Amino acid sequence: MYHWDFYTVLQSFDLFLIGIWTTLLYTIGSIALGVVIGLTACFARLSRFWAVRLLARSYQELFRCTPLLVQILWAYYALPMLLGISISNTVAGLLTLSLYVGSFYAEIFRGGINAIDKGQREAAAAIGMSGVQSMRYIILPQAVKKMLPAFINQSVIQVKNTSLLYAISIAELTYMTSVVNSETYRPLEAYSLAAVMYFVMLFPLTQVADHFERRMRRSD
Amino acid sequence: MTQATISLRGLTKSFGALQVLNGIDLDLMPGEVLGVIGPSGSGKSTLIRCMNMMELPTSGSLLFKGQAISPRFRGKDGQPGMGELRKRVGMVFQHFNLFPHLTVLDNVTQGPRIVLKEDRAEAEATAHDLLAQVGLADKAQAYPSHLSGGQKQRVAIARALAMKPDVLLLDEVTSALDPELVGEVLGVIRALAGKGMTMVIVTHEMGFAADVASRVLFMEQGRIAEEGTPEDILRNPKSERLQAFLSRFHA
Repeated sequence: MYHWDFYTVLQSFDLFLIGIWTTLLYTIGSIALGVVIGLTACFARLSRFWAVRLLARSYQELFRCTPLLVQILWAYYALPMLLGISISNTVAGLLTLSLYVGSFYAEIFRGGINAIDKGQREAAAAIGMSGVQSMRYIILPQAVKKMLPAFINQSVIQVKNTSLLYAISIAELTYMTSVVNSETYRPLEAYSLAAVMYFVMLFPLTQVADHFERRMRRSD
Repeated sequence: MTQATISLRGLTKSFGALQVLNGIDLDLMPGEVLGVIGPSGSGKSTLIRCMNMMELPTSGSLLFKGQAISPRFRGKDGQPGMGELRKRVGMVFQHFNLFPHLTVLDNVTQGPRIVLKEDRAEAEATAHDLLAQVGLADKAQAYPSHLSGGQKQRVAIARALAMKPDVLLLDEVTSALDPELVGEVLGVIRALAGKGMTMVIVTHEMGFAADVASRVLFMEQGRIAEEGTPEDILRNPKSERLQAFLSRFHA
């Protein structure tokens, strides 16, 4: 029978806290940057210039169709060789995570905007609104509601994806757990605790997503 | 001679290989109520949608009060654009297209506040008057989803009127309504006609067209096949096509 010993592991609780804090920083940073990137890519894909659409589409497919871990390793180890500059793991990690989530956000935003009946745009145009005014006052307020559940789900995935930063030695929760493990030789306790911590962070978020999804279905 | 409010000159419209409008020349005079009838696919909806450039003409021109309108939003070289045109030419759609995230009041004030930059109080005062005019004074705070089809369409008419347009374009505005709700919408339009509002009405309601229109166009295959007073067109049709078309309604 295995003898559980959380006490040893919990003595390194400060290391877990550093991990959680770092995980949160990378999550918030990459989501914020990802929203900016996603919005840019989304509007680029709705552009009337084909070259702009193609560029946005290429970016999206590149990041959606390659594994995030490969992207992170590539940005940290390969890109500096290509450019002949040094890139810190912070910059490589944050940038890759943001570009990755941005490619998915762009699709979520575009889906939300396209889900709005074209009669709405026509009605806005018919009272003399410009394209920008109709987007701002008529389309986006309705589209945001439709996007919200998918947006939250993608953000939940994003929190978990920060664990891949382990591969380039960023001190997020998974990496710090491995540090605790190597100090205590207690992998069962350490990794179980890490899983519980991720769960506690994410479970409320999935509930919020469900809530918005239910509310949306009601108002339809 | 009075100037036409909207003039179409040699207007054509194609969707890909399909030519929908085949050279339309038309003058809409101030105070005129123009009824447009014709079989489906005859181009009557496209015609009315060209009048506020919801569809851009493939060739030909559109003049508003004698001024050619540029097919860009802001216009160019002193020529007014579609944005300017649409401030003066309102449109009501078959499927209402109310803004579902806004109250009835906000639906009506949106144009004046955002496009005409009126302040809120002024826009809301006008909106309350208009809602009273279409019989919906008590629905100002309701959301569109709580209204019947007939009520929605009356809000849509108030929304268009809030821009104080010179012309109102009505595109099959009763076609999506339950039969018992058609009357209340037609009543509102009839009242507008009585006040001298310039209107273009695309409709399948022949009796209504006869009643309210000052001139009726019969569209067929992208052309104005016959035009005249409601009496001429609906009671004494000349072409066999129009006779056949009307007989389906009288039957």
